[in-house]
Amino acid sequence: MLTQAKRPAPPTDDKRWRIVDATMRRQSYRPAALIETLHTAQEVFGFLDDDTLRYVAGSLSLPLGKVFGVATFYHHFQLKPKGAHSCVVCLGTACYMKNATGIVKMIGEEAGIAPGETTPDGKLSLMVARCIGACSLAPGVVADGEVLPRPTLDDVRALVKRWLSE
Amino acid sequence: MMTLEEFEGLGAREREDQSGKKGRIRVCQAAGCASCGSDKVLAALKEKLQAAGLEQDYEAKGVGCMGLCSEAPLVTVEPGEVLVGKVTPEDAEELVRNLQQGTPPTKRLPEMPFFTRQRKIALEHCGVVDPERIQDYLARGGYSGLYKALTEMTPLEVVQEITASGLRGRGGGGYPTGLKWGTVHKAAGDVKYVICNADEGDPGAFMDRSVLESDPHRILEGMAIAGYAVGARTGYIYVRAEYPLAIKILRTAIRQAERQKILGTGIFGSSHSFQIELRIGAGAFVCGEETALIASIEGNRGQPRNRPPYPAVSGLFGCPTLINNVETFANVPAIMREGAEWFASVGTEKSKGTKVFALAGSINNTGLVEVPMGTTLRELILEIGGGCPGGKSVKAVQTGGPSGGCIPAEKLDTPVDYESLTALGSMMGSGGMIVMDETTSMIEVARFFVDFCRSESCGKCVPCRVGTQQMYTVLDRICEGQGTSEDLELLERLCDTVRNTSLCGLGKSAPNPIMSTMRYFREEYTERIRKPESVGTR
Ligand SMILES: Cc1cc2nc3c(=O)[nH]c(=O)nc-3n(C[C@H](O)[C@H](O)[C@H](O)COP(=O)(O)O)c2cc1C
Ligand code: FES
Repeated sequence: MLTQAKRPAPPTDDKRWRIVDATMRRQSYRPAALIETLHTAQEVFGFLDDDTLRYVAGSLSLPLGKVFGVATFYHHFQLKPKGAHSCVVCLGTACYMKNATGIVKMIGEEAGIAPGETTPDGKLSLMVARCIGACSLAPGVVADGEVLPRPTLDDVRALVKRWLSE
Repeated sequence: MMTLEEFEGLGAREREDQSGKKGRIRVCQAAGCASCGSDKVLAALKEKLQAAGLEQDYEAKGVGCMGLCSEAPLVTVEPGEVLVGKVTPEDAEELVRNLQQGTPPTKRLPEMPFFTRQRKIALEHCGVVDPERIQDYLARGGYSGLYKALTEMTPLEVVQEITASGLRGRGGGGYPTGLKWGTVHKAAGDVKYVICNADEGDPGAFMDRSVLESDPHRILEGMAIAGYAVGARTGYIYVRAEYPLAIKILRTAIRQAERQKILGTGIFGSSHSFQIELRIGAGAFVCGEETALIASIEGNRGQPRNRPPYPAVSGLFGCPTLINNVETFANVPAIMREGAEWFASVGTEKSKGTKVFALAGSINNTGLVEVPMGTTLRELILEIGGGCPGGKSVKAVQTGGPSGGCIPAEKLDTPVDYESLTALGSMMGSGGMIVMDETTSMIEVARFFVDFCRSESCGKCVPCRVGTQQMYTVLDRICEGQGTSEDLELLERLCDTVRNTSLCGLGKSAPNPIMSTMRYFREEYTERIRKPESVGTR
């Protein structure tokens, strides 16, 4: 198996690389496996650093530029580490109508971060989404992976304050 | 090949088990209710049933969406189909007593147009079957459409049946489904693909999510029937990463169907094979567009390309590819089971069947509804949806997401069908319907959508990338009270250029929200230009 010999070794001896490898193997290391592989890597490591992108590019025999291009095209892929807590605010139409922009602004004031940023102490990341399909519970706020049911501005403020004081 | 008797035997055991029970409580476990704590309600009910030693005769089961999400968490009590809203774990004790004694629950919801005016085809099993158990689907005649296709019909006959039903694409465009299937069927090539578009990017739309979470086997069955009809052995479901529950449920469903030999090699022991794989989106709105979606499955940036060639001729990996929306596939099993004529008897002359809408925004009954095509917007919003909260009046309805438009209250008597909505400068879109009341500023809504399109533009073609940015700049100026009357003209010219010269549907339809609000709410634009101090008053 010639192609196998050319494949790079994982950047570290972290066992979790095996999970990433498994995704690529399942798709026979075809270039089309790229997005699935990035999904797995992000799930496993929380974000995609340069070493990861380089390793994936090498394994799938793709130019690094292509891998970087794909990783930056899609909003879902994070190239920087996330904070200890994460807050996703939906800015879809239904949520816009229930003052979701006010929530983003409030978090900005409380934590001093804009969407896509993490507080310098690494406590909180703020993200925005375009409809999470929870329009009937608008405004849609996902706090550490859980959708909050119809939160008020003050509910979210209290939560953010708690996180920041931890 | 499995005999009819053997096939029917697949669901027999479950049917017996179910009819052996005196009653049951179904608890919604779909995303909306789940985030309101419906899992705890289900656990409490199970515990109470067990504590009372009633598990033999009664059961509590998790099901999908019941539609009226504003009353989440919802449960339904059988017999009697009594719907109960805003249920808490503390209500479990009373509900179990109600079940045993046949008394009405205190929190039952009244009979209302929201339920009585609906006609369910695509959603027929939502809130009824347990989405995590294939047996439940089989017990209700699930996969009989696929069995019928494989045993009684040729692929061409299946295509003809879909054509005769008059089904049109539910993903927005309304292209006749049978015609599309026919093109892929006829296309030359050994390898063909079927794709289910579950990217549901329109903000305010959550129909597809609910169907996937509530009745996943229906989509698998629709795709497998399509695979047989067009001659494809592989299918992909492209589902957005924002829907983790739908992804989990689909994974389970695919595994169960493979184990039952309903998917995979040798379906029902025949020589026909069809396997389905999931592909997870990565948060790009444009990937809902079919050529961008295909690029994304191939592992590339999700950028659309020029058509023709259409995917039906040259799609995934250059092979003929059938791509349909979730709701389109959801209608297929019912058509196969009940026949094209039955389906075509519902709806209007040019728009057959039903349409699922997601009602949201300033409306009392938020949630999912399925109504016959041709139902008027007034019935949908005022009767079924119960109008705006706080006695406010409806100002406009936004349909079709960022590609659609705002329809003013005067046009509420318009029937909902593909042609009528397009004539009003909006479009059917995927089915998100956002109601705006008198306090909404339409010009700010237009700015919101243009902002959406400019940030979601994939950047490949200049008119869309630069045009949406320019549209935003001008509109923002007007919104902030710094616009001039020349700006209105400029905005109109920009809209015209972007609409006519963009590469894909995103750019072509990006001006719609501006054009429709300029058409129906022009005074709001001129007011901001003439009286900048009016900024923020509405
Ligand atoms: C910008 C853009 C976004 C789209 N998003 C979706 C979507 O989220 N879901 C969908 O089913 N179709 C979407 N479409 C339509 C698809 O391109 C395609 O027409 C559809 O999936 C075909 O299926 P149907 O014939 O069953 O409707 C979108 C189109 C455009 C131009
Ligand atoms: S618009 Fe926010 S969840 Fe749909």
